[in-house]
Amino acid sequence: MGAKQTRSAQKYQDLTDKTGFSPEQIKNLHKRFQHLSDNEETISRENLEKIPALANNPIRKQIIDAFFDKRNQHQNEVGAFQEIGFEQFLMVMSHFRPPTLKTTEEEREAMRKEKLRFLFNMHDTDNDGTITLEEYRKVVEELLSKSGAIGLEAAKAIADAAMLEVASTNVPHMAPDDFYEGITFEHFEQILKGLEMESRMHIRFLDVDTMTMRCGKSKS
Amino acid sequence: MADPRPARSRFSPRLTAAFLCVFLLVFLRCASASRDVVSGSNETWIRPARSTQEDPHDHHGNSTEHKKAFPVLAFNFEHVRKPFEISMWILLALLMKLGFHIIPRISHVVPESCLLIVVGLLVGGTIKAVEGTNAPVLDSKLFFLYLLPPIILDAGYFLPIRPFTENLGTILVFAVLGTLWNVFFIGGTMFAVCQIDGAGLADVDLLSCLLFGSIISAVDPVAVLAVFEEIHINDLLHILVFGESLLNDAVTVVLYHLFKEFSHEGSVSVSDALLGVVCFFVVSLGGILVGFIYGILGAFTSRFTSHTRVIEPLFVFLYSYMAYLSAEVFHLSGIMSLIACGVIMRPYVEANISHKSYTTVKYFLKMWSSVSETLIFIFLGVSTVAGPHEWNWTFVVFTVFLCLVSRVLGVIGLTSIINKFRIVKLTKKDQFIVAYGGLRGAIAFSLGFLLTDSKMKHMFLTAIITVIFFTVFVQGMTIRPLVELLAVKRKKESKGSINEEIHTQFLDHLLTGIEDVCGHYGHHHWKDKLNRFNKKYVKKWLIAGERSTEPQLISFYNKLELKQAMMLVESGSTSKLPSVMSSVSMQNIQPREPPRRRAMPSISKSREEEIRKLLRANLQNTRQRLRSYSRHDLMIDPFEDNVSEVHLRKQRVEMGRRMSHYLTVPANRQEAPPVRKVGFQPEHQVFTYDDAESPRSAEMKPRSAAVRLLNELPQRSDQSDAEPNAKQDDQEDQLKLSRGLSDPGPNQEQKES
Repeated sequence: MGAKQTRSAQKYQDLTDKTGFSPEQIKNLHKRFQHLSDNEETISRENLEKIPALANNPIRKQIIDAFFDKRNQHQNEVGAFQEIGFEQFLMVMSHFRPPTLKTTEEEREAMRKEKLRFLFNMHDTDNDGTITLEEYRKVVEELLSKSGAIGLEAAKAIADAAMLEVASTNVPHMAPDDFYEGITFEHFEQILKGLEMESRMHIRFLDVDTMTMRCGKSKS
Repeated sequence: MADPRPARSRFSPRLTAAFLCVFLLVFLRCASASRDVVSGSNETWIRPARSTQEDPHDHHGNSTEHKKAFPVLAFNFEHVRKPFEISMWILLALLMKLGFHIIPRISHVVPESCLLIVVGLLVGGTIKAVEGTNAPVLDSKLFFLYLLPPIILDAGYFLPIRPFTENLGTILVFAVLGTLWNVFFIGGTMFAVCQIDGAGLADVDLLSCLLFGSIISAVDPVAVLAVFEEIHINDLLHILVFGESLLNDAVTVVLYHLFKEFSHEGSVSVSDALLGVVCFFVVSLGGILVGFIYGILGAFTSRFTSHTRVIEPLFVFLYSYMAYLSAEVFHLSGIMSLIACGVIMRPYVEANISHKSYTTVKYFLKMWSSVSETLIFIFLGVSTVAGPHEWNWTFVVFTVFLCLVSRVLGVIGLTSIINKFRIVKLTKKDQFIVAYGGLRGAIAFSLGFLLTDSKMKHMFLTAIITVIFFTVFVQGMTIRPLVELLAVKRKKESKGSINEEIHTQFLDHLLTGIEDVCGHYGHHHWKDKLNRFNKKYVKKWLIAGERSTEPQLISFYNKLELKQAMMLVESGSTSKLPSVMSSVSMQNIQPREPPRRRAMPSISKSREEEIRKLLRANLQNTRQRLRSYSRHDLMIDPFEDNVSEVHLRKQRVEMGRRMSHYLTVPANRQEAPPVRKVGFQPEHQVFTYDDAESPRSAEMKPRSAAVRLLNELPQRSDQSDAEPNAKQDDQEDQLKLSRGLSDPGPNQEQKES
């Protein structure tokens, strides 16, 4: 038992260094992971699709895909996993950590870039480094997918207008023949500069184990 | 404004205004003094058939022995006295406000509230000098029933919901715990100070001190608004201080009534204290409930106003005012009721009322709150001169000092607790601004004024006024340089970007999804649940027609489009283009299919020149109206899908119809839905045309088979018939060419028929 303790503590230490979570948070997330995977080593797409609360989410598919996207693992690979282990799960989650009081200005910048990169990867499904008009249209359509017919009609117009805005902000003087290929990462950063991603894109990771507190609802 | 006579034009309005005001005031006072004379002549006029000996006393009529001549001109001031005085006061306030903006130098350094208090002091001084006694004072009833509600309604209706709800916990902690701390600290310490011998304050007991503490502790929303509005600080700090000033009303109301009751009895028991706590919850939650009910009523009523648009704004105002008054009936927190009513009502009402009504609501609220604020500060100045003062050095100095100390201690202490629970922590700079922004204002004064008359009351009032002056003058004037010195983040100019909106929504869903994967029900989860509940049930009841199912992104987009279109139409008379216009248009974005492009022959240069000249000549006449959505420089590829075009056209026409409902520009420019079908090309639509673009568009023609059309105004339709004929030849040529080389598709053929 002693050896197992130190082994898991060691593993957690590695993960803490890599992802920045505290050991308590990692423990809680591990419990959740095991719950989702039915106590196996890896989870697949089906496991995530089974989460009932996600059913109402219009961008469910994109979220699930993001977990299996190799680009979010910071290892310069591309493609998609079929199944992911706990470490990869944790890596994806680490994109949603908030900044602390001790975060320096540069660290904030790096954090913002990382979060924006995550969003960019979610939109850029074919991984060519740009978000084309088609891809952007798809994004808006998915966002409005729960709104029926009105949503689908307007989605195209909205996506077009948004693309136009990105183009006019970033490349204000295009000759009429030039073709704006798509939103590059720099342009994406530029257009979302005002949102202060490092302060907005985060969720609260608990230090306290809540699994036992909701024993009646463990199915969620 | 290159004025040849700058000095005169800058000063003469100001001097005239000042002169006018002094004149008005003196006139007013003299008028009241000559009341007796007036009423005397009044009587004579009402009863003309009087005995003859009265006639010699009538110094207005040309009286004969028995008959009084019909008075051609009579002086009857009593009749209109009250409205006359009210109007003159308001006029004075507004003229002062006007005057300050003519002299920009001062208003940049000194906040407006300070200037207005100074004016009030001057006016009060003048009145006192002229009249001696009987100067008007800020009557509490006037303040609480007439002057305060517009300001609070304005604040509540336009409260930025997202930052408010995100920081609600912090705001509540500051409002409730912070105010409680202030009350007991100031009250307790003042009591200790009063025990010092030689200060002459021995008769002030603990309960009175606590009462005084409860009056002076609350941060005042009017003062905070007045000062913070001018420094444009970032959203977070603004909502923290402002939210606190709004929500501490409940605490203030409870404590004030509690201590006022008990200061008569002289002692407080434990059960009374417990009742006080219960009372707090009743007051705050009850106030919110009352506001909620009236808000729902207001939203529901607005669902049916589609046929009587003119009275729509009145519903908003009256329901809100009724919420305030109803809460005040039960001694609940009127401010919280008003805020709740405005917040609840707003999203549904805005979806229901017309655009003109929305503008009316906005401007009336701003107008009333502006007038109220001005009047409040002027009256504060006047009351300072008027009220009987009881100056006690120890008391006043210690009050000011303790207010500052307790505020600073409170903020620091509470922040250290709050930061454990916040994700975005409050830095030291933030804490400083929050502490420094704790301004006191007219609410404290009015509450003090309501106390029963006694020597203690006068002493309290003097201290309150001193604190108010200190916070408004010293803190108000220095906060702007301090903000700049500390480099506090300012408010970022939001341009209403569609990308930001898309991503805000996207983020909401993403974070909710991640929370669901993580398995705990956090902030986003509940917000999402509330939104879905709202969409499914509430909106159906409260929003009329098909707007009830419109998702937020689409309504945002529509609003943005409308705003842009209006802006362009209004600026249509000048040829100035909005600066953000770039030369990017849809053709740069729409993916073009290379094969087709290659199939187009390039037209000879001379032909291009001709076409360009022709178009430009025609366009000269139509320069005015050729502005429309520059964003939608849509050049429809004629080979594109028919179906989506029809939908797009429908949307455009709908948009145009909506626009024409509310535009206030004159009719000849108004009626243009930006897109109109032109006779010979029913399926294609063009959108923008700018002089800058016309030569380019001529160049474009040969390269793609898309056809451009001119925008039309209805009355120009005859002219347009002439134009297409001229252009038709050119385009026919091009199209013949293009048709010869590629498959034109069904749309082209329709043109020929």
